[in-house]
Amino acid sequence: MTSATESATAGDTGPEPIEKVSIIVSKGALEDIYPGLIMANGARNEGIEANLFFTFFGMDAIHKQRHDHIKVATVGNPGLHIPTWAGGFPGVSALMTKYMERQIEKLDFPGIAEFVEMISDTGAGLYACQASVDLFGVDRDDLIEQVDDIITVGEFYEMAAGGQIIFT
Amino acid sequence: MPNKLIADREVELNDEGFFVDPTQWTAEMAPVIAEEVGVPTPLTDQHWLVIDFMRKEYFENGTGPTVRKLGKASGVTTKELFQLFPKGPAKLAAYCAGIPKPRGCI
Repeated sequence: MTSATESATAGDTGPEPIEKVSIIVSKGALEDIYPGLIMANGARNEGIEANLFFTFFGMDAIHKQRHDHIKVATVGNPGLHIPTWAGGFPGVSALMTKYMERQIEKLDFPGIAEFVEMISDTGAGLYACQASVDLFGVDRDDLIEQVDDIITVGEFYEMAAGGQIIFT
Repeated sequence: MPNKLIADREVELNDEGFFVDPTQWTAEMAPVIAEEVGVPTPLTDQHWLVIDFMRKEYFENGTGPTVRKLGKASGVTTKELFQLFPKGPAKLAAYCAGIPKPRGCI
């Protein structure tokens, strides 16, 4: 008896499904962090194993004092379509961030802190970069409890073996 | 679009295996489908809570809920959802509930 999924594609093998993704979050602006989180959450929704590796300013997303204060970059961000000089005024980044957060809430998307917690609940692994932890003098206690471990890049590669690596 | 016999009834499925017509679904089909897609059976009360919620959402809103909506509104948490439907709750619950795959990124 063929399964629901097999009968639909009988005779057509199609491409190999992705089994595991390891996603690196390396930047700290709001628009840099969301894509990695959406990829991880989306992977879990498709039954794909997922690991998130936070490094450099990406660690703000798992930092207790910082994860509620992540901002949109308004200077030198051509994607925003505002002139660089305008983006540099005091308060512009905060304003743009508030605007984006309102839009995000309207669509019922989670904020970053809630999103990371949700992703951890789906069974994805959350890791902080050892080198960045050393560089920024971060303690394990500064990081949210959902972080599974602080690992080196070599350990990351071991963990990522056999799957795809996505760098954001 | 292949037709399939589930629980002695013929149903129409799309290329991905989702129901084309959710009204063809009966409750007897859910455990049969669950076993095929890797959901641990027998189905518990919590499984049925989710299945009922998915159908309710589909008929009210025209599409099934995303995992986030399920986690927030069905009474079953995200963690529990992934235990009940191990490889992707929104997708697997949609299979079991006889509704099309929910579209949504979060």
